[in-house]
Amino acid sequence: MNFQGLEVELAQERPIPLRATFRCDPGRVLALVGPSGSGKTTVLRAIAGLYQPAHGRVLCHGATWLDTARGIAQSAQRRQVGFVFQNYALFPHLSAVANIIAAMTHVPEAQRADRARSLLSRVHLDGLEDRRPAELSGGQQQRVAVARALARDPAVLLLDEPFAAVDRVTRRKLYLELAEMRRELQMPVVLVTHDLDEAAMLADEMCILHHGATLQTGAPFTVMTRPASMLVARLVDLKNIFEARVAAHSDETALTMIDWEGVRLEVGHAPSLVAGSRVAWAIPADGVIVHRRDRPSRGEHENPLHGVIAEFVSLGAQAELTIHVNGKADMALHTTLSTHVADRNRLTKGEPIGVSLLASAIHLMPPPEVPGERGSECVDDSARKRFGSAP
Amino acid sequence: MDWSAFALSLELAGWTALLLGPIGILAGRALAWHRFRGQALVEALLALPLVLPPTVLGFYLLLAFGASSPFERWYQWLTGRPLVFTFSGLVLASLIINLPFAIQPMQRAFEAISTDVRDAAACCGMRPWRIFTRVELPLAWPGIASALVLTFAHTLGEFGVVLMVGGNIPGETRTIAVAIYDRVQAFDDHGAGVMSATLLGISLVAILMVYATTGWRVRRL
Repeated sequence: MNFQGLEVELAQERPIPLRATFRCDPGRVLALVGPSGSGKTTVLRAIAGLYQPAHGRVLCHGATWLDTARGIAQSAQRRQVGFVFQNYALFPHLSAVANIIAAMTHVPEAQRADRARSLLSRVHLDGLEDRRPAELSGGQQQRVAVARALARDPAVLLLDEPFAAVDRVTRRKLYLELAEMRRELQMPVVLVTHDLDEAAMLADEMCILHHGATLQTGAPFTVMTRPASMLVARLVDLKNIFEARVAAHSDETALTMIDWEGVRLEVGHAPSLVAGSRVAWAIPADGVIVHRRDRPSRGEHENPLHGVIAEFVSLGAQAELTIHVNGKADMALHTTLSTHVADRNRLTKGEPIGVSLLASAIHLMPPPEVPGERGSECVDDSARKRFGSAP
Repeated sequence: MDWSAFALSLELAGWTALLLGPIGILAGRALAWHRFRGQALVEALLALPLVLPPTVLGFYLLLAFGASSPFERWYQWLTGRPLVFTFSGLVLASLIINLPFAIQPMQRAFEAISTDVRDAAACCGMRPWRIFTRVELPLAWPGIASALVLTFAHTLGEFGVVLMVGGNIPGETRTIAVAIYDRVQAFDDHGAGVMSATLLGISLVAILMVYATTGWRVRRL
């Protein structure tokens, strides 16, 4: 039986490098996440048939939309795609309802107006049918764009940074509306965003894209806390990424010990790693527990470290701390905590500080090819198996 | 008032605008959205009539339309009529000198339509012809309309090229601009004044129409 979701494989060297592979099940939301210029929009356009890659396959709802090996490349018109563009790309000379009717070329003419009005009602725009895009707010324009995309009865819904052009209050409202609406959507939804929080909130799966290549796909929490490589770790904004050596394994405590610049750390059991081998490790900021000065906590017993606060930046209710462990600048740990907690513990720049690293939060990754190189991507399949991370 | 010259001018301007409409739309659209080798040269050649003195342009057109030119021989073979000092020759010359007035505003109008809007139309399932008629033309219409009015008004007032290529044959090639020149040469200030005022009024109304139409459209978009 044919897969009813979306399957994408794209490959080319130039002009835009692409090496993207992913699939998305019906009714699921996949977030394509990556920095500006990572090729997110190009991938989306290739799915829609607006961009023709040198090599690739796009299958959707059991139909082959693109298969360069077999010479198949259906036009955008035939792909049955609902596309919400970043700036919505509404037809400025048409009213809201006419914009939606424009996408109903497959619907009998007599039914179009009623269906368009019902779609507008579904996105809470009753009464604004006759307004042109210029007479609508950013949030209303986005809703018209979503309604127009759904008017196509699409086999896949593609959203290209649909929340980027609205203010924060409207954005939160639209998040809720999309979250509510997606329960009814039967088709795969691909959401392009550079906002990790947005992806974590709205998507079932997250796919990290860098220079046109998909690096890791998985549940948002897994990708953000268990990145497959140092590069992914950097792309998901993990600040604490370091190199160490595997010291030993303890079957008794089910822990592995690593040596980090002379400091021994206990981490989750990883017996497949050879003692003495190089390893990269990362820990999210919330895995770094700051010790209270007045009362020792249980956390002090888990990888306790001491250092000096090298930087203290207060950002409203939150404060960002950079700690030089043992006073060393190349052992700079980053963490965040509430400003009032920092005040209560008299934590400021130059003050000594104690922290614990939660062993369960420490994540091991393949090391860079060259020691000290931070951004390289050297994950081969055997490395992935050893480190237990899915590509 | 030389009514025959006035009617001839209107006829020439009408034909020029009518013929340059589709030419300008096709050329302007192609130049706006396609990149090709030698595009800068093509655009420079199209803009030449804006900067060349009309007499220079008229001179070259006279050479091109002259009895010994291959083009003229081909035209004679095709129609059995000459080009120089005829209304057809005048229309052809007018088309050439008005190319930038027609193409450039239309090119800018098509350039102003975002790629996303055209892509959105394709994703809506609209076929290329439907995208052209339902999306591109309505959006480019202010630019197309102003190009046509500009072409019409410019043709009405054209003097140098008309005189070089068409001469001054009453009822055949004498346009209102040439008639005004004639009147001035004959010290008929009143006749020249009436015709000049008519030309001024028509040009002003035409330009006002462009501003009113485009302004109204822009406000509605």
